[in-house]
Amino acid sequence: MTIHLSIVLWLPLAFGVLALLVPRSLARWVSLLGTLLTLGYAIALVADYDTAAGGLQYVTDRTWIAELGIHYKLAVTGLNVVLLLTTAILFTAAALWAALRDEPSERAGLYALLMGLAQSGVLGAFLAQDLALFVVFFDLMLVPFYFLTLIWGMDPDKRGAAVLKLFIYTLVGSLLMLVGAIATGVLAADGGSVSFVLSDLQQHLLSNGSQQWIFLVFALAFLIKMPAFPFHGWMPDGYSQMPIAPLAVFTAILSKVAAYGFLQVAIPLFPKAAVQYQELILIFALASVLYGSVMAFTATRLRLILGYSSVAQLGFIVLGIFALNERGADGALLQSVNHALVAAPMIFVVALLAARAGGSEDLRDMGGIAKRAPAFAALFLILSFALLAMPGSANFIGELFILIGLFQAKVAMAFIAAVGVALAAVYALRLYIRSMHNRVGPQVDSREISLREALVLVPMVLVVIALSLYPQFALGRVEQAVKQSLSAATATAGKETP
Amino acid sequence: MTSVLASVKGPEIDWAAFSPLLGLFGGALIVLMVGLSSPRVIRAHGVPALTIAAFGATIGLLIWEWNEQVSLIQDALILDRLTILITLLVCVAGIASTLLAWREQAAREIAHGEFFSLLLIAAGGMVVLAASRNLVTTFVGLELLSLPLYILCASRLRSERSLESGLKYLIVGSVGSATLLYGFAMLYGATGETDYAGILTQVVKEGLMGDALFLAAIGMTIVGLAFKASLAPFHQWTPDVYEGAPTPVTAFMSVATKAAALGVIVRLFFTALLPGVDDWRPAWIAIAVISILVGNVGALGQRSLKRMLAFSSIAQAGYLLVGVVVVTELGAEAVVLYLVVYLLANLAAFAVITVRERETGSDAIGSLRGLGARSPILAGAMTLAMLSLAGIPATAGFIGKFRLIEAAADGGYTWLGIVIVVGSMISLAYYLPVVAAMWRPDTEPGVDPATGRAVLAGGAQEAEAERGGWEATLVAAVMGAAILVFGIVPQPLFELVGDVLKGFGTG
Repeated sequence: MTIHLSIVLWLPLAFGVLALLVPRSLARWVSLLGTLLTLGYAIALVADYDTAAGGLQYVTDRTWIAELGIHYKLAVTGLNVVLLLTTAILFTAAALWAALRDEPSERAGLYALLMGLAQSGVLGAFLAQDLALFVVFFDLMLVPFYFLTLIWGMDPDKRGAAVLKLFIYTLVGSLLMLVGAIATGVLAADGGSVSFVLSDLQQHLLSNGSQQWIFLVFALAFLIKMPAFPFHGWMPDGYSQMPIAPLAVFTAILSKVAAYGFLQVAIPLFPKAAVQYQELILIFALASVLYGSVMAFTATRLRLILGYSSVAQLGFIVLGIFALNERGADGALLQSVNHALVAAPMIFVVALLAARAGGSEDLRDMGGIAKRAPAFAALFLILSFALLAMPGSANFIGELFILIGLFQAKVAMAFIAAVGVALAAVYALRLYIRSMHNRVGPQVDSREISLREALVLVPMVLVVIALSLYPQFALGRVEQAVKQSLSAATATAGKETP
Repeated sequence: MTSVLASVKGPEIDWAAFSPLLGLFGGALIVLMVGLSSPRVIRAHGVPALTIAAFGATIGLLIWEWNEQVSLIQDALILDRLTILITLLVCVAGIASTLLAWREQAAREIAHGEFFSLLLIAAGGMVVLAASRNLVTTFVGLELLSLPLYILCASRLRSERSLESGLKYLIVGSVGSATLLYGFAMLYGATGETDYAGILTQVVKEGLMGDALFLAAIGMTIVGLAFKASLAPFHQWTPDVYEGAPTPVTAFMSVATKAAALGVIVRLFFTALLPGVDDWRPAWIAIAVISILVGNVGALGQRSLKRMLAFSSIAQAGYLLVGVVVVTELGAEAVVLYLVVYLLANLAAFAVITVRERETGSDAIGSLRGLGARSPILAGAMTLAMLSLAGIPATAGFIGKFRLIEAAADGGYTWLGIVIVVGSMISLAYYLPVVAAMWRPDTEPGVDPATGRAVLAGGAQEAEAERGGWEATLVAAVMGAAILVFGIVPQPLFELVGDVLKGFGTG
């Protein structure tokens, strides 16, 4: 029983509250300090994580609501240890971005509070080892993004409707998930005292019938949150209206909570249903890969290109998870980290491009931005290569693992998925070439990246490069946990196909 | 003469257990008397202060009687945990409504003494209703709560809306009462008993389950109670009455009446009519589902906050019924817990509406525009209220909904839990725009888009706060804080409503 995780979990929110109280000019820096401290703490936790021992570490377990059987149980596991660090990195980048660019100009304290709440929510969802607590954080992390978009969103006339759509879409999933979670707890207790602690629930797996509908409810919630085709209806509007820094963390890390949810909750608790619906989920994932890639190839708004590419990438991640073998799931977790680390700086790049193209985020208004900006072009190119999973990047390894896993499970699907890899190259290069090269756009003013901008972007690119050089950093830590997470499902599958 | 009196033996009354009722009714008398005094200060400020004192004293008496289970006046009433909890809710709602009504136009128009003593009498009626173990006292309690409310709804004598509201409530309410009375008469006809315990024995002994007269009685009773609790499809009066009545009265009605109605539903159906559970359960399930759908869909697109909250209260009553139809102790506990969180959210919302209504003269959603920047306390309370009603985590509403769904799953009605969350999803579409109106930066500063009037700015704000009243802001702040605190540390709530069925059916 340690207090470390409680500190790392609530530190961002505490600094958010502090930022609300200090003078306005300091708010952004207080917020940055909070994320830096959290990052430091997260680094320490990761460094100290005992990979060989595995299992739950730094367990904090207290009864939160005795009557409901909800525990405040947090732990670092192989599944979440790297994601924890990624979250801390991305929120630090977002806070740095806000501080260096003096964004937002109004109500900076409230902004800092909401970002702090968002970070605490995401960290909570990753750390929670209690099903109800997971659901609480899963819902809670969405709330600040509602306000962030509402108050600081892009278009004053459209943002209200867009964010309402986002909120309702995702809450449809998570409210159904709430019923599923409660039903799981009640049914597993079977008249005894209810407990939502994941390890308790794994001891009493539900009957096949209950597993099926509850699994589907969880899967729906996760697929909406990602988003996966055809549950992505909120994405184009939501992405268009969200302010830059919140969008960076939203696209990078909130979607990964959903992917993580499959491995942490849905598959271990409902293994029979996971095996049974494996093909259904794979079909959704495959459709996401193809649809997302094609849409990313045709869209002209930069945010939407990245939004659809993230639909495709998340599709890949789900393919890896639902290969239901270790190789695929290892790849999926690595790819979650990769995509998070690439997607966030890409969103910042969008803002930098727009600033150089007369404020337009449309690809058609761009071109030739590389002319006087070789350093910016180099950074952007590295990110683009990572996004398209160039051999040598960690993304390549992630996708390779996913495809190998899928080949072992479903050969036909793996062939189709391989097409998606090629498509990624098409849209990533199109994005880069059309904006940085080609004919110079009418409004384009090619400027080199400024020091303030570089301060955000360069460290993030360095992180991407570092992970590419040493992907074992992530893979080594997840392997054992993934094996455990899949054990019940593989056992079920093994029984069915002897 | 003395000998005649001596030969009539009155029922024995446990005055200690009876004291909460005396607090309310005695308070009503005193308030009425003091309201006759001539100094304006006493009428305008002494009377509401005394009203709060009466409610406060009643709460004190409740705490004193906390662990008692006493049957009163030959089992006509009972003081058990359920009665105590419902009375507590009614008193808290009473105090909050009194604070909201402190500067209310309506209280001035029909005289303070009358206004506040009617409020106390209605509260007393609610307690009688929740405590009754006899059809006759049930009906007396029901009328005792209804009649003052008819008057209170119409208490803004110079507002057509308010008069219409009172009249509408009177007519529809009377139909409801009449239906209920029919139901009670038939129940008496079927069993030959008026007290709940007697009815229970008779139903079991005679095997009345499925009997035509008994079924008709149950049907009429359900319809009558559904009228009173404003459950769909018997809800048509609710939006008009809520909108027309003075806001503090609406606040009181929406919370306290609902608590009392749910109290009597739990007591009547968990005791006297329990053997007929298979007969009445489908009816209540249907009403619950219809209420959730009608309430949530009806609230969409409403411009008036009070109308919106009227429809929302129909939906919330539907959620509450889910705890009734499972007929378990967990269900009863979930109902009372949800009543508490519903009370917090609704009182916070109505407090904010009261303030804004005084400042802008309108209860349109647009009247909240820009509130987030100008008055973060009010906007924060309203935001928490809306999120709590929608059931978002970190608010008390989430805990309440969690418990209700758990009770549904535990009772084998998981699908009703799904109906609840489907309702919650729809509800986001009308709760969130209220939040959005407050926090979205004003596109056209200076002009209030709702009224088209110029928004008071700068120096005028002081005067504005004065007119809005610090009491209402206090209510909003306290309720808002409670929503957040109980959302994070709900333990005290569970301790409060635990053992809600303790002493249930004694005597």
